[in-house]
Amino acid sequence: METKKLTCIVCPMGCPLEVTLDGGKVLSVTGNTCPRGEKYAREECTHPTRVLTSTVKVTGGVRPVCPVKTSAPIPKELLFQAMEEIRGITAAAPVAIGQEISADLCGAGISLIATAGIEKGRKL
Amino acid sequence: MKQTDLVIIGGGPAGMAAAIAAYDQGTRDLLILDREPQLGGILEQCIHNGFGLHRFKEELTGPEYAARFAEQVEKRNIPYLLDTMVLSLETGASGEKIVTAVNPREGYLKIRAKAVVLAMGCRERPRGALNIAGTRPAGIYTAGAAQKFVNMKGEMPGKRAVILGSGDIGLIMARRMTLEGAKVEAVCELMPYSGGLTRNIVQCLEDFGIPLKLSHTVVQIHGKERVEGVTIAAVGPDKRPIPGTEELIPCDTLLLSVGLIPENELSKEAGVELDPVTNGAVVDECRQTSIPGVFACGNVLHVHDLVDYVSEEAEIAGKQAALYIQGQAPAGKVFPVSGKDGVRYVVPQLVHQNAKPFALYFRVGDVYKNVRIVVECEGKVLLSRKKQKAAPGEMETLLLKEEQIAKITGPLTVRLEKEGD
Repeated sequence: METKKLTCIVCPMGCPLEVTLDGGKVLSVTGNTCPRGEKYAREECTHPTRVLTSTVKVTGGVRPVCPVKTSAPIPKELLFQAMEEIRGITAAAPVAIGQEISADLCGAGISLIATAGIEKGRKL
Repeated sequence: MKQTDLVIIGGGPAGMAAAIAAYDQGTRDLLILDREPQLGGILEQCIHNGFGLHRFKEELTGPEYAARFAEQVEKRNIPYLLDTMVLSLETGASGEKIVTAVNPREGYLKIRAKAVVLAMGCRERPRGALNIAGTRPAGIYTAGAAQKFVNMKGEMPGKRAVILGSGDIGLIMARRMTLEGAKVEAVCELMPYSGGLTRNIVQCLEDFGIPLKLSHTVVQIHGKERVEGVTIAAVGPDKRPIPGTEELIPCDTLLLSVGLIPENELSKEAGVELDPVTNGAVVDECRQTSIPGVFACGNVLHVHDLVDYVSEEAEIAGKQAALYIQGQAPAGKVFPVSGKDGVRYVVPQLVHQNAKPFALYFRVGDVYKNVRIVVECEGKVLLSRKKQKAAPGEMETLLLKEEQIAKITGPLTVRLEKEGD
């Protein structure tokens, strides 16, 4: 049995949550003032995920980098591995907003999407 | 001299939303001016997600949120001049507005307009405003400057950082620098609570084990050519460093996230009356300033936490600017709106007696639990709402409906009351 302390981020209340776990299984959640808090705590303790946003290098564009995001939340433990891969990617301008930059991040079937358009041209 | 009905100064989220709303209200002759090479303002460097939850019911990144509005600007063929820096705003003899600007293509230009929307956004409070002792080495940046280096230029400002101030940009940069391989040693916050959103504390600091040191500040910066470290110390209730609590943290970078100030140089020179608390213009519910035909919205008016509210406010300013041009500005008695008992400021600061339904935006001065927000007018309670938690970092809004506005006969006050009093 172990307890984990979290701050709920579902709404601005920021309830302090205490989760009791047994071998990775959530036994109880306390401190929440609504059911959404319990759901958040359970997900956060069993399979926490995050949308990763970063930039990739761009050649021939008006800017040297293009902002990107993962198309879906990815497991938290993959964040640094994904960053490592993102650092190795170079896209060629023009890049369109919504364009797929990588189809299979971390071999987990996650795609990387451009979140801004980068026009071709001399750096501004 | 160029002539146009409406000039919008700033092409960020506020400027774009104001332009779209003015166009949709019938203004066809309008022009957006922006000093950056693209529309979008600060959103272009805010590559993290979390924008647009209220507006679009989805989590967008900053550039994506900006693109939604830029698309609408393009769809309406609203003209804009980029790389264009506005130098001054003046009022002519017959009330017309004269905007002077400069850009690399046309050089110096003067534009005569019937109305102007101020949408210049805000600036970060710099080191100079903090009086931190020590040398003046390289490696000290505002969090937003660092954000621009990393996200727009692809350059890292340093490898080992301390962040002073727990504003949202500082928290976001703590995560961004960590993901890019830097070590963020600590975030120090002078106040006993963070000025940032809870979700940012969790996802930007706790996720990466970055300590948030509340009631701490940087007392000295070390290093000659480059930052070599900072000395931090705990502060007491008087915000003064407590002797004996000093701790030296070796680092090569100090990021400052210590507050935002509306960028009102132009407004001041134009003679727009400013609110000493918000550092933005004093406006009525139409977002009209003390100069008829000059409107203000977004972070130049007061600093917002969420861009969704910037868009909402800018739409009011844009629409009202269009109505002003059409000769339909509201008339009638105007009453002041103010905050007290824990309410630091309220926007708008003025309200027409016969106003259409509008929202009051305000901030509290401290962290409060179980309070009641009361809107009063000459002893009559117009509105009262229970609030489990209120904090300076979260802007509050209250909508006033027709039946409540009908009761406005004098100055309005917004105040906090302890629940159960």
